[in-house]
Amino acid sequence: MMDEASDSKSSLVRFENVTIVFPDGVEALHDVSFEVREGETRILLGAAGSGKTVLLKTALGLSPITSGRVLLFGEDITTKPERELYDVRSKIGMLFQESALFDSMTVAQNVAYPLLNQKAIRMPREKMEPAVRDSLRFVELEHTLERYPSELSGGMRRRVAIARAVVGKPPLLLYDSPTAGLDPITAHTIMALIVKERDVDNTTAIVVTHRYQDGNLVANFRYNPNSGRLDPVMRPDGATGTNTIFMVLREGRLVFEGNQTDLESSTDPYISRFVKRPAKDAA
Amino acid sequence: MLDILKGPIEAIQDFYDLTSRAFRSVFRKPHYFNDIMLQMDSIGFGSIPIVLLTGFFSGAVMAMQMGRSLQPYGQTGRTGTFVSIILVRELGPVLAAVMVAGRNSSGIASELGSMKVTEQIDAMRALGTDPVQKLVVPRVIATAVMLPVLTVVDDFVGMVGGWILSNYLFGLPTRQYWTNSWQALVWNDVGQGLLKPFIFSFAVSLIGCFYGLRATGGTQGVGRATTQAMVWASITIFILDFFLGKIFVSQVGQ
Repeated sequence: MMDEASDSKSSLVRFENVTIVFPDGVEALHDVSFEVREGETRILLGAAGSGKTVLLKTALGLSPITSGRVLLFGEDITTKPERELYDVRSKIGMLFQESALFDSMTVAQNVAYPLLNQKAIRMPREKMEPAVRDSLRFVELEHTLERYPSELSGGMRRRVAIARAVVGKPPLLLYDSPTAGLDPITAHTIMALIVKERDVDNTTAIVVTHRYQDGNLVANFRYNPNSGRLDPVMRPDGATGTNTIFMVLREGRLVFEGNQTDLESSTDPYISRFVKRPAKDAA
Repeated sequence: MLDILKGPIEAIQDFYDLTSRAFRSVFRKPHYFNDIMLQMDSIGFGSIPIVLLTGFFSGAVMAMQMGRSLQPYGQTGRTGTFVSIILVRELGPVLAAVMVAGRNSSGIASELGSMKVTEQIDAMRALGTDPVQKLVVPRVIATAVMLPVLTVVDDFVGMVGGWILSNYLFGLPTRQYWTNSWQALVWNDVGQGLLKPFIFSFAVSLIGCFYGLRATGGTQGVGRATTQAMVWASITIFILDFFLGKIFVSQVGQ
């Protein structure tokens, strides 16, 4: 673990020996420590039920912690009451697993929701509409403004949820299984959006997934603003060209943290289960 | 052995927690007036048909039984007295509350339950709103305002039902029925008749919200929450009614 004083400025998320035990006695996270610095993208791999979602919700202050500390933007949120968390939460955009769009609101109202309710980024109504439009244009769904989430397909809902997560321009984004339950083409579209968001707005992100090719895409491709496509970035030394770090969770324990090369050369049977294919052919 | 008690005690503790948070949030900013209006429309106006139907027939059936039991004493003329007292003091508040519980406690529980299992509640918290303030408080306020109003409607329609039936079945003169009904009521009855639904309203809304926000485990969990909310809201209404009735009856000094 790094020295707290020297790097606290750029540390966005810091877990210190975090353990979470649910009321029914199930241990969701066990002694998890890591630190996410500005500009990094973390890929969090793990089997179903390994605690990936819990970890993300903890990073947003949504799950109570049994022991350990969580720091967001250098601020200890472990013992803070809910009301004092709203400011720090407005610096974080979250994409929930099933999109979690509000069924009773239109797409436009959903995307405008953070701008209306998060004090730190609240804006006057006349500015809100262009912001909502921009955000929906980013995910290429500008035409769905007045529709309801139930009228959209799963992939479109996920894109609207991304628009809602990025509308307030948060410096940190958390993606919970962005590609779960989607067909490969739609899944690729969503991952491309995540890469685009990272490269256009220079955001830091944690991406939870169980698909290795998602992580591979994030690690080895960059958004090209001229062509609107993703271009591969490979360094001659074989290291990934982006600031991407992989983490693997197993039954609530962090069993791996490192770059793609280390991940692929790991001999641990659990870890290598997630590395099914060589790096290049996934995209 | 004590493990059996652990669940219910925890549930009561959680319910107490939600209740106190809800009451504290009533006086806190931000206030969601639009949501309050929407809920008033859905809980209050939406419940009118069922309240009209149950009110009318409960009043009618009561007049029928009362008239018959009073006949041997030659007191059929006093049917109106009994109908109005029982309706205003007991049956109106309880029936309206139970009907609204059946319709809205379950409705609230299924709506909030679905939001819970699809992570919309978490999303709400992540996006800077307190679910208690945004979802629970408007429902509590709307029910507290609308249930007494619905009870008044229920009482009146019940009396109309009793009047039509006693007029038709026992040939009771209209004037006699309504005079008796009116004169039977004292201020204490009206106070009791309005205070009861006000108190019941919290059982209806809070129990619905409580089970909704506790829902886990997908659609099955939502179904379970819905049923439990309706059952417990109804049971709580009857238990509260007993104690409230006890307090009021002893207060009259009989």
